[in-house]
Amino acid sequence: MAGISLQGIRHSYLPNPAAPDDWAIKRLSLEAGDGSAYALLGPSGCGKTTMLNIISGLLRPTEGQIFFDGLDVTEATPESRNIAQVFQFPVIYDTMTVFDNLAFPLRNRRVSEPDVKRRVHEIADMLELAGMLRQRASGLTADGKQKISLGRGLVRSDVNVIMFDEPLTVIDPHLKWELRSKLKELHHKIGRTMIYVTHDQTEALTFADRVVVMNEGEIVQIGTPVELFERPNHTFVGHFIGSPGMNVLPCEVADGKARFAGVPVDSTNAAAYRGDGGRLELGVRPEFVRFTETGIPVEVVKILDAGRYRIVEASHAGHPIKMLISEDKPIPANGIHVSFDADRTRLYRDGWMVE
Amino acid sequence: MRKSVNQKAWWFVVPVVVLVAFNAIIPLMTVVNYSVQESFGGNQFFWSGMRWFEEVLRAERFHSALLRQSMFTGAILVIEVPLGLAIALSMPRKGPWVSVCLVLMALPLLIPWNVVGAMWNIMALPDIGLLGRGMNALGFEYNYTREPIAAWFTILLMDVWHWTSLVTLLCYAGLVSIPDPYYQAAKIDGARPWAVFRFIQLPKLKYVLTIAILLRFMDSFMIYTEVVVVTGGGPGSSTTFLSIDLVKTALGQFDLGPAAAMSLIYFLIILLFSWLFYTLMMRNEAR
Amino acid sequence: MALELRNVTKRIGADVHIHQTDLVLQEGSFNTLLGPTLSGKTSLMQLMAGLDRPSSGEIWSRGRNVTDVPVQKRNVSMVYQQFINYPNFTVYENIASPLRVAGLARPEIDRRVAAASELLRLTPMLGRRPNELSGGQQQRTAIARALVKDAELVLLDEPLANLDYKLREELRDELPRFFADRDCIVVYATTEPTEALLFGGNTATVFEGRVTQFGSTSDVYRRPADLVSARVFSDPPINTAPVVKTGDKLVIGQAIALPTGRFRSELADGEYTIGLRPHHVTPQPQGNGATVDGRVLVAELSGSESVVHFDLDGHTWVSQSAGIHPFAVGDVARLHVEVDKSFFFDADGLLVAGGP
Repeated sequence: MAGISLQGIRHSYLPNPAAPDDWAIKRLSLEAGDGSAYALLGPSGCGKTTMLNIISGLLRPTEGQIFFDGLDVTEATPESRNIAQVFQFPVIYDTMTVFDNLAFPLRNRRVSEPDVKRRVHEIADMLELAGMLRQRASGLTADGKQKISLGRGLVRSDVNVIMFDEPLTVIDPHLKWELRSKLKELHHKIGRTMIYVTHDQTEALTFADRVVVMNEGEIVQIGTPVELFERPNHTFVGHFIGSPGMNVLPCEVADGKARFAGVPVDSTNAAAYRGDGGRLELGVRPEFVRFTETGIPVEVVKILDAGRYRIVEASHAGHPIKMLISEDKPIPANGIHVSFDADRTRLYRDGWMVE
Repeated sequence: MRKSVNQKAWWFVVPVVVLVAFNAIIPLMTVVNYSVQESFGGNQFFWSGMRWFEEVLRAERFHSALLRQSMFTGAILVIEVPLGLAIALSMPRKGPWVSVCLVLMALPLLIPWNVVGAMWNIMALPDIGLLGRGMNALGFEYNYTREPIAAWFTILLMDVWHWTSLVTLLCYAGLVSIPDPYYQAAKIDGARPWAVFRFIQLPKLKYVLTIAILLRFMDSFMIYTEVVVVTGGGPGSSTTFLSIDLVKTALGQFDLGPAAAMSLIYFLIILLFSWLFYTLMMRNEAR
Repeated sequence: MALELRNVTKRIGADVHIHQTDLVLQEGSFNTLLGPTLSGKTSLMQLMAGLDRPSSGEIWSRGRNVTDVPVQKRNVSMVYQQFINYPNFTVYENIASPLRVAGLARPEIDRRVAAASELLRLTPMLGRRPNELSGGQQQRTAIARALVKDAELVLLDEPLANLDYKLREELRDELPRFFADRDCIVVYATTEPTEALLFGGNTATVFEGRVTQFGSTSDVYRRPADLVSARVFSDPPINTAPVVKTGDKLVIGQAIALPTGRFRSELADGEYTIGLRPHHVTPQPQGNGATVDGRVLVAELSGSESVVHFDLDGHTWVSQSAGIHPFAVGDVARLHVEVDKSFFFDADGLLVAGGP
């Protein structure tokens, strides 16, 4: 188990990067503590897979250093970093049985056969592969093969960190659920540091203890799923996390209070605004917009039924406002007003939360 | 998925059928015709049934040609397949040298076969040829027009030079289609290069190798031009392989009947072995 | 005028890919085929399009028997999961291709392409090639190409599955708008129940080659015809357990008893399978105060909601609730069960009680 420290990482895939866009990772520093589950979350092209490959050693960063437990491993090869990686599609040795697949990393390290047997059985039990050990690995389903990939990482007792590169991509949706929970259970049982790369916020938020939100080669915010949900530092985080994402509405601030299209709105931080220009926006999640007697007058444009809640799209002065209304609550017919929970409404300047 | 039946599609096939009929089926039928008839000169033909087939199969000459051919093909496969694979493994998969390597590998395949024969004929001449003089300088008794061993050596060397590239290019195509994560996972698992070869590359090259072996088997079994230009089948009959023997019988002695029978037997042997080999290799995939 | 599948089956060798199916899709409707992978959604769509012929049965479109009509003669567009575009054509040429094949005049082609690209927000990219576009933009190009043809039937086979989560959300929001003013029949295949719900329209639940239920999405969701349909239309998976009803008690296994609530008179005593959606099992009090205790297996907190997997007498049940409810693995959680919202299925898996 290791504490991972990334300092001043910058990476470009081009030999002579010039413009900012040439850099896949613009500048990144990160401290990941022992034994936690981390998720690198962001849209395609944000640099999360690049980051993963830098941590695992499959890629050497153009600039910056990586430390595992204080030891500089920037120049070290993947096998000497003692990491395990599970890829997007299952990577297994087709000609071997499930047992031999799991035993492979141990045999390469010259572990004695009795120990190999013991470890493989232990891991196979954990992953519910025990009944299939004698089968040829190529005959398993996609989720079985991914479990083998994972198992190969778990058999080694010296693994510092286990990395997952969008591992549920090829898994059937109704099995994704099971495998995701299984991963969380596993993390709980073995307590090793795990880093999980995904663009799917559900995967990231349910799996990780801490989520690193990335966009365009930079870290936008790091926090627990709850922190990211309740206190997004940037409108990107507010938008990216949550389905639907946070409402971002243009506003003005006068006398320490925000006004949205002429209507005054209470927020946690409008008073902190220093009046220094910039693009001002109010961010409030659809869960915290409610129908009230007075407030912002709106028209209901669309109602979508999502089973246990309904997504209501309302509109005021041409700005769409999304709301989540639970199954049982009624939607008023006319003369509708909405208001935002004051302690969940925040002011953002040029995308960043005003402090 | 069965597509809806459209009769008009058959019209597209007609030109191909006509072409194949003229170039392959009709000549084949002609051969079959000759193989079951006997002629006593002029244009008189008599039915002789399986007689030619029996004669050929019993002939000492046919047996030795078959034996020589098998040895040749065996040697070719044993040398060219591993060599081709080894070269493919050492070719770069990315970067500026890729195109250079590919072109170099393709060059031997572009030369007309009789030119290949002529090249090696001259090169192996003991007095003025690079190979010939070199071998003699090294102390070997090297004269391919007189020594059967020298003749075999020259021919094998020529074929390896000519055709290994085919195996190389096929294996190379197979290798580059293996996605990177397999190599990455092997690195992480601490696998040594031999393990990477045995457990990742070789299994993934199964289809490509099957095709390469089949192609080399069929082509080498039919070899004619290059060998004839270099040795003419000699010295004596030491490099008279099946095709050469066949031509000698058909054109040299004008024994059309036996020649036709020989070529049919010959055709069936190739067919049988190819089918056996392919079935064996593809056996595991039938799940 | 509609698309009808009458007694359609599809067999390949000894395998039945599609069991006997009758389906009527109305003009101007948005229909979702919902089912797990390999359940037959793609096979059904191919039969509807004319890419494949049924082994038995007929397909009627707008009052004509089109079973033997090949797909080129039918007025159909299709959008696939992989972004299928002509790689050598620009976006403009891609969108224009079906119109060029149809032989339309240039000004008409221009007009239609402009309208489609405006709708799909592709106008700035018209001069680019597919490999210069992002995944979302490539898929929009494919959709634009399908739209511009003004086909009677538009089939979309999991078109958003290869897109990033957020992109998928955005395109999903916009999709109904593309078809809003047209009277074509839209058939959309997906494995995600949430997508089916959000599109509204009609939904057909498909499982192992059978269409188990077809109707308005809300009806199929709120009143599943059988256990299979209920399972297909649930994410997270619906909680089920065998129960025995006696009088005013529902007994699960040995020890767990629930009040029967409104089902006391509605349902005869006997053995059933109870089905409860995860959001009707929560840590917060609700309904008629029925509770169960379960040992927590996994607790997933995702910012806006908590999903807890717990063991209930050997069955793994899932509770889904808004807000943060931290549970530790191994804790015994007390969960409130909304019995009035449950479904009851008989021994054949058919719905006998439950739903609005």
